[in-house]
Amino acid sequence: MPVPFPFSAIVGQEEMKLALLIGAIDSRIGGVLVFGNRGTGKSTAIRALAALLPKMKVVADCRYGCDPDAAEDVLCAECRAHRGDTPFKTKQVPVPVVDLPLGATEDRVIGALDLEMALTRGEKSFEPGLLASAHRGFLYIDEVNLLEDHLVDALLDVAASGENLVEREGLSVRHPARFVLIGSGNPEEGELRPQLLDRFGLSVEVRTPQDLATRVQVVQLRDEYERDPNAFAEKWKRKDTKVRKRITDAQALLPEIEVSEKTLEQAARLCMTLGTDGLRGELALIRAGRALAALEGDKSVEITHLRRLAPPALRHRLRRDPLDESGSTARVDRVVQELFPA
Amino acid sequence: MAGMSAPPANPLAKNPMSGSTPPPATPRYHPWDDAVLIATLFAVDPSGVGGVCLRARPGPVRDQWLADTRELLPKDMHRRKIPLHVTDGRLLGGLDLMATLRAGRPVAEHGLLVEAHGGVIELAMAERVRGSPISYLCAALDTGEVVLERDGIALRSPARLGVIALDEGSNEDEQVADALVDRLAFLVDLSPIGVRDMSDLPYEIVDIVAARERLPEVTISEAQIGAICQTALALGIPSLRTSLHAVRVARIAAALDGDPVVTDGQVNLAARLVMAPRATQLPSMEPPPDQEPPPPEPPPPDQDGESDANQEQRNDPLADQILDAIKATIPQDLLDRLRLGQLRRAKVRSTGKSGQVQQANMRGRPAGVRRGDLRPGDRLNLIETLRAAAPWQRVRRAERERGLTPGAVPVPAKRGERKKAVPVVMPRVAVRKDDFRIQKYKHRSETTAIFVVDASGSSALHRLGEAKGAVELLLADCYVRRDRVALVAFRGKMAELLLPPTRSLVRTKRCLADLPGGGGTPLASGIEVGLALADAVKRRGGTPLLVLLTDGRANVTRNGEGGRPKATEEALTVARLVRAAGVAAMVVDTSNHPHPQAKALAEAMDATYMPLPHVDAGRLNAAVKAKAGL
Repeated sequence: MPVPFPFSAIVGQEEMKLALLIGAIDSRIGGVLVFGNRGTGKSTAIRALAALLPKMKVVADCRYGCDPDAAEDVLCAECRAHRGDTPFKTKQVPVPVVDLPLGATEDRVIGALDLEMALTRGEKSFEPGLLASAHRGFLYIDEVNLLEDHLVDALLDVAASGENLVEREGLSVRHPARFVLIGSGNPEEGELRPQLLDRFGLSVEVRTPQDLATRVQVVQLRDEYERDPNAFAEKWKRKDTKVRKRITDAQALLPEIEVSEKTLEQAARLCMTLGTDGLRGELALIRAGRALAALEGDKSVEITHLRRLAPPALRHRLRRDPLDESGSTARVDRVVQELFPA
Repeated sequence: MAGMSAPPANPLAKNPMSGSTPPPATPRYHPWDDAVLIATLFAVDPSGVGGVCLRARPGPVRDQWLADTRELLPKDMHRRKIPLHVTDGRLLGGLDLMATLRAGRPVAEHGLLVEAHGGVIELAMAERVRGSPISYLCAALDTGEVVLERDGIALRSPARLGVIALDEGSNEDEQVADALVDRLAFLVDLSPIGVRDMSDLPYEIVDIVAARERLPEVTISEAQIGAICQTALALGIPSLRTSLHAVRVARIAAALDGDPVVTDGQVNLAARLVMAPRATQLPSMEPPPDQEPPPPEPPPPDQDGESDANQEQRNDPLADQILDAIKATIPQDLLDRLRLGQLRRAKVRSTGKSGQVQQANMRGRPAGVRRGDLRPGDRLNLIETLRAAAPWQRVRRAERERGLTPGAVPVPAKRGERKKAVPVVMPRVAVRKDDFRIQKYKHRSETTAIFVVDASGSSALHRLGEAKGAVELLLADCYVRRDRVALVAFRGKMAELLLPPTRSLVRTKRCLADLPGGGGTPLASGIEVGLALADAVKRRGGTPLLVLLTDGRANVTRNGEGGRPKATEEALTVARLVRAAGVAAMVVDTSNHPHPQAKALAEAMDATYMPLPHVDAGRLNAAVKAKAGL
């Protein structure tokens, strides 16, 4: 596989980059949705992020990549059975970033009977699917809005429960599957169902840069990369390492970030005024706020963080207001301005 | 220029691209020469430029172009063709069924995309291809590989290829999917070229091979990249891929010329070939009246204040030169349309069309399997059938070896033979009837709510607002259920289809935002357009619902003439056609005092009548949903 374009060499698109970093820092945020026109570097950014993520610790011979330090209910059946006997043997592996390609079939996504074992040895064994591979990592769906409905349904269920339950071909398997959903797509080619939309913690809208200087820079860097991907990646390696360090530092800092009553109340007021459904909006806003504070080395979540994160955390959760012609981003901005003038 | 004196025999000397001096004021580029030049540039780096979208009817000119292209591509290069009705499995790869059955273990087979790795793939009747094949092609072009997750197989294979999209479309409505066009550097239109215009190929394969070797070393200056980007902005080309393609093509042109450094002439050529066909505006033009200027405007004079690398940001002579050259090549009719600001509208329509085609592909999508007998017309899901059979193989083999059952398909052993102990040829995989899994398809008839809105007269603005609101509310519900909404408006002298059936909120908003009001009431035309659309929906297997918002007071006939009695008569006639066509309909009376005319109209249409003097979007939405049974 060719070397991916380095994350730090992506010009502009600050909101998208921030949302992806936040998603990488705290997996509970619930994923990132990147919507934008063609040729805006959506896929590039996501593949770039995958390349720079720090490694993670897994149980050495676990096929699901269980976390040795995890609580019992997050382990797969096998790890649970062995838990407590002796400390797990562990190893370091890259955080999985699994592509869910268009045209993937259900059996490969959720897992199915292992055909080879069954045909050659007559044994009934489970072959884990993409959801298993994505456990503790990222599941990337390009053109998420074009995904087959029955796959979307399967995904939603697993994403909500954090585990994948397979009941088919006489198999009955249950395994943990906690992943960060990353979706990208072009809204002009089809809408996303609201149920799926709501699962994403953050959503960002990207568009092609309109100023000449940025465009020149993008084209130049891209051209340089395509002429010699390896040399280009080498050149940006140090900057990418810095980004990786920022992620690990922020992850370490995350548990210590404080959220005051006042901030919670501000977040709640924001969501109430905007009329977002349910509590997901508030949760996403606060969690993203903690990750952002950790990323910037702050000790607590403040209104400055909320102000920046309100659009990505809330814009996709607004009720459609048919008489309001302005986009949802503008509506969020307006309410933020009204409630918490800078 | 260096290229002219460079050692390789240079057939470019007669070509416009070898001049580093600006081309003369209005040079005439011969379309065939350009087409051949494009074939050559493509042949040097097919995957680098993405490919060529070739608009031409099948015929000698297209055949010649394809033959020329083939001649320029190395002989050992893979070449594949994607037929119109390719299956996902054949395109991407999957389980090789025959081999799997023979071997008794899963055997993977490559799809067309992987087979074409390092070479060229042709897409037949590209203007009719929508949906998944386009997505797969785009993914392969973007990543240079095919990631397979199907039929129990997980495989990553390289697939760097160039695409030749054979576009046989004959009008604006038939166009290759935008997503693919954006990824192909060249758009070529061979239709104006006659057989007599064709000339011999000025290149040979040795030129291509040499250029390929030189290509990685060719450099392009920052100022030249700047000029290309500026030209893209000035022509209203938003996608950055186009600029990237132009840069790539400029370097290929230099490699062909034997230049280590790209000259301005080559930049000129690349911009002309890659960008001119995608222009959506001309830089010197005033934005057309009564239309907001297209979003990608040329950069304002003092942009950002800091233009370090772009000191000649505004009057970059190279960019101006490129623009002049491009203007000279844009065909006159396109130029006129650009001037009239019509291009964007044509574009919007064609996207609507694509939506409809996609719809046809979506009909009867696979939705799980069932077990049972294979009846005529059923399709066996082989993979699931194998899966069902797999766990039993050992038992069945044992049974067969003991000679207990005759069962397995496809080698039926006769009862009598058992005792004679004639060795039966044993298939590696024993499949029985019980194992059959039949593919189920979901084919729900979609509802399309067609709003026909009276946009005439003084109260139009209010009614329109409500109608817009209702359309959007309904749409929000619809896309949960995968239903569609369309909008027809009538006012002044005619009715117009403003929004073809769609599920996209984005498009709807854009469309509704610029719906004007005022003028006479051509009611009959409105119903007529709505009915035509309902007909089209039905023919595609959907269920139309006509929602007419009006006060029923027609005063313009279908010919666009005034006169209340005649107009009313016509409206009633058309209304009866709706009844005859059996299209479900409702009439929402929007006049302040419910009016007998609207009621009569509803009766003629056999429609539900709903007086709603103060229409509110919420109630309207509820009523439409009830009627459609949503």
